[in-house]
Amino acid sequence: MEHYLMNLTLKVWRQANSNAKGKFETFKVKDISSEMSFLEMIDVLNEQMIREGHDPIAFDHDCREGICGMCSMYIDGRPHGPWHANTVCQLHMRAYKDGDTIVIEPWRANAFPVIKDLMVDRSAFDRIIQAGGYVSVNTGSPVDANATPIQKDNADAAFAAAACIGCGACVAACKNSSAMLFVSAKVSHLALLPQGNPERKSRVTNMIAQMDKEGFGSCTNTGACEAVCPKEIKMSNIARLNNEYLVAGLTIDK
Amino acid sequence: MKWSDVFTSSVGRKLVMGLTGLFLITFLVVHAGVNACIWANDGGDMFNKAAHFMGAMIVIRVVEIGLFAGIFIHIIQGYVLEFSNRSKRSVGYDKQLGNRGSKWYSRSMGLLGTILLLFFILHWYHFWIPSRFTGVEQTQVNGVEMHNMFALMQITFSELWVVIVYVVACFSLFWHLLHGFQSAFRTLGVSNNRYIQPIKTIGFVYALIVSLAFAMMPVSLYMGWAH
Repeated sequence: MEHYLMNLTLKVWRQANSNAKGKFETFKVKDISSEMSFLEMIDVLNEQMIREGHDPIAFDHDCREGICGMCSMYIDGRPHGPWHANTVCQLHMRAYKDGDTIVIEPWRANAFPVIKDLMVDRSAFDRIIQAGGYVSVNTGSPVDANATPIQKDNADAAFAAAACIGCGACVAACKNSSAMLFVSAKVSHLALLPQGNPERKSRVTNMIAQMDKEGFGSCTNTGACEAVCPKEIKMSNIARLNNEYLVAGLTIDK
Repeated sequence: MKWSDVFTSSVGRKLVMGLTGLFLITFLVVHAGVNACIWANDGGDMFNKAAHFMGAMIVIRVVEIGLFAGIFIHIIQGYVLEFSNRSKRSVGYDKQLGNRGSKWYSRSMGLLGTILLLFFILHWYHFWIPSRFTGVEQTQVNGVEMHNMFALMQITFSELWVVIVYVVACFSLFWHLLHGFQSAFRTLGVSNNRYIQPIKTIGFVYALIVSLAFAMMPVSLYMGWAH
């Protein structure tokens, strides 16, 4: 694709801290290369703001390779911007043309309070994982790699669920601010493997209890989460979570 | 884990919605089946007999209590979830994801349900309250005294605005069922991909047939197609 330069108008959410009342501010950026990533475009704007003595826009990012789940911008009404199965850092400016106006908002959910500007606090996800999203293992020498046979389909489905990077786009997209796609991915990838079996009942009940405590909404199966997930986590995981929860709820011992 | 927690967590509340929803889905088949007797075109005799049979059978009267319980649990739980979910995002978005992520009807179950609730109040006023409490004109079929429900339908659906309200309610019912049918199965834990597609297809066919059948009843009586 041919390289081109563009001038853009950015409408960005600015908020000093979690208690402050935020508002949109409009910025103009010039000579943006079509080969830049979206975050590099924000970097250009921030350097310009620093030179002019303004407070730069705070945003989350880490690997910029689409695998860490840190970047979290709601761009023109869609988490991670217009491209399918993509993170903001892997969104490139060739998605836009000269003269475009881009609206950038943070994830909106009470369980994800804004720290500053486009940065939100997603530690609620960490606490959900801590409630049960792991397997307890014995210390000692590792088990022989092929000692535990796993059906290929299950291994593939578990791997697909484990691809969840915990970015929170599912919560951002959901009209209920539900974290069910995230929690279901974490429950599924262990539920599908024999290693996850011993703790499966306590895992699902504890993780759901923590999810509710954090203030996420319930799932109404609209499918918005699946549509925007950068790692294409499937909604069938949510049904599996419901199944796990129902079985655990009816059969758990205490 | 306490028993109450199983049904009051976010997933548990959805289970209750799914179970009551499927119960109501089953009821609609029976309701539509009995009402379809109006098209026998025998002056309402077959329909009156069917309605009389349903009203006179003790089992049905017991199930009726369960039915009202199911409807009210579904309605109350639906509103509790709707308002609770709305409260999870105090600051909304400037730009909405809208139809790019989900179907409009899957996001509008609360609105569609509210239209149905308002319709039910009118519907109970028209038929259920007269047949149980305030009385319906009597008729004789094969020497058996019974309510002339067919005549009540004819009178009720002689007014155009009533017919329009019923047809609008059937539109809402179609969209509510189209999402609700498959959503209930997902909520109850059907994750197997080999089941999801058939369930969606069956849900569509079910929603279409049931809502179309119900919509055609007031229309048929208004137009005189059922007599």
